[in-house]
Amino acid sequence: MKTRLTIISLAGGIALGCFAGLAHADPVDDTLEIDGQPMITRAPAPEGHPFDEVLSGWLFREAETRAVEADSFQNPGMLEVERAAEIWSTPEGTAGKSCETCHGDVSESMKGVGAHYPKWDKDANRPINIELQIDKCRTEQMGAEPYKFDAKDQKAMTALIKNQSLGEPMSVDLSQGDMQSWWDRGKDTYYTRTGQLNLSCSNCHEDSMGNMIRADHLSQGQVNGFPTYRLKQSALVSLHNRFRGCIRDTRAEFPKAFSDELMALEVYVTWRGTGLSVETPAVRQ
Amino acid sequence: MKTGSAFFLSGAMALAAVTFAGTANAADTAPNDVAFNEMQVSESLTGMPGDPAAGADAFKNRKLGNCLACHTTTAMESELFHGNVGPDLDGAGSRWTEAQLRAIVVDAKQVFGPDSRMPGFYSLHVGKNVAEKFHGKTILSAQDVENIVAFLVTLKDE
Repeated sequence: MKTRLTIISLAGGIALGCFAGLAHADPVDDTLEIDGQPMITRAPAPEGHPFDEVLSGWLFREAETRAVEADSFQNPGMLEVERAAEIWSTPEGTAGKSCETCHGDVSESMKGVGAHYPKWDKDANRPINIELQIDKCRTEQMGAEPYKFDAKDQKAMTALIKNQSLGEPMSVDLSQGDMQSWWDRGKDTYYTRTGQLNLSCSNCHEDSMGNMIRADHLSQGQVNGFPTYRLKQSALVSLHNRFRGCIRDTRAEFPKAFSDELMALEVYVTWRGTGLSVETPAVRQ
Repeated sequence: MKTGSAFFLSGAMALAAVTFAGTANAADTAPNDVAFNEMQVSESLTGMPGDPAAGADAFKNRKLGNCLACHTTTAMESELFHGNVGPDLDGAGSRWTEAQLRAIVVDAKQVFGPDSRMPGFYSLHVGKNVAEKFHGKTILSAQDVENIVAFLVTLKDE
């Protein structure tokens, strides 16, 4: 009920914002605590980064949206995290195991884990993200089917695992396996213009960061809050869904989720957010 | 008999020409034939002057120019949500000539250089992996461009 009221007042805020929205187009000077736990929303950029400082997308959102994220009782994404905690303990597949059978209490075994993906996977000979790590457990340990891309449970389980890293600064280990060449490939993709509109990731999230593109305030495009809860869609939105949506909006064909191209992009943009706290599930408009 | 089939053939060709005209007017300058001369395009793409009122509509329409995504202008004050990725367009009609405005709308990269973020609205110099339904197509028709240029020309300094 409280959540519903917040969403209504948010919509009102947007309608009133309109032209005046330009007045506050810079990231806010504010600090985020989620249930009292401080989050790092500004961090010095890693060496070789185009910015001096990396900024959480939270700093670019309207006050109402920021407030919903700061209170996990108001954050509708937490309902999915709670639902996933039940899935964690529910046996599935031919081996009769649940996640809990091997990993025990999620809040202990998964603490800090999600902050450091994608990771090099020797078996696959490529980096994998949390979604593919979950699938690996399901197919190899549980005798269960991998999740279909963007299945509700896949998004919820990914959010559950990342939420155990709430507050932990993100980093990726580029010294593992061939991670560096995947980073290189992701960087190429980031700066490649696609589609009829002829735009790259960098055109919006680097060159135009802080500007308004119609009603949207362009952030650095950080990934530390994914899967995020989108108020417009009333659902969790996965990172690869977001990647595909951006590329589609340039009027280009978009790559498959978890394809080499998008996995490389995930490696690269995760690095671009090095030092930012995991905020999953972050709240967006 | 021979005359009959020749007549039928020319009829079919005429029909094909009419169908084609539905997407691109035969009298329009094709995107690759637009002549840029010192960052100007002097000739109307349609051979006709544009309509500023239709241009204002195409300017704000999210499915056409969607120019407000990136630009502000007080002429559109009643519209919600103006972006500010590009410059404010108040006075654009005083700062630029019609031929310069046409060049910018057709393909801004020919005026501002390859790093410009502004899409080419009547250009086939596009990004990688263009979605199939947009293959070989421009964002705007020649008529839309002329209308938008006619609207921009009205944005004079007070």
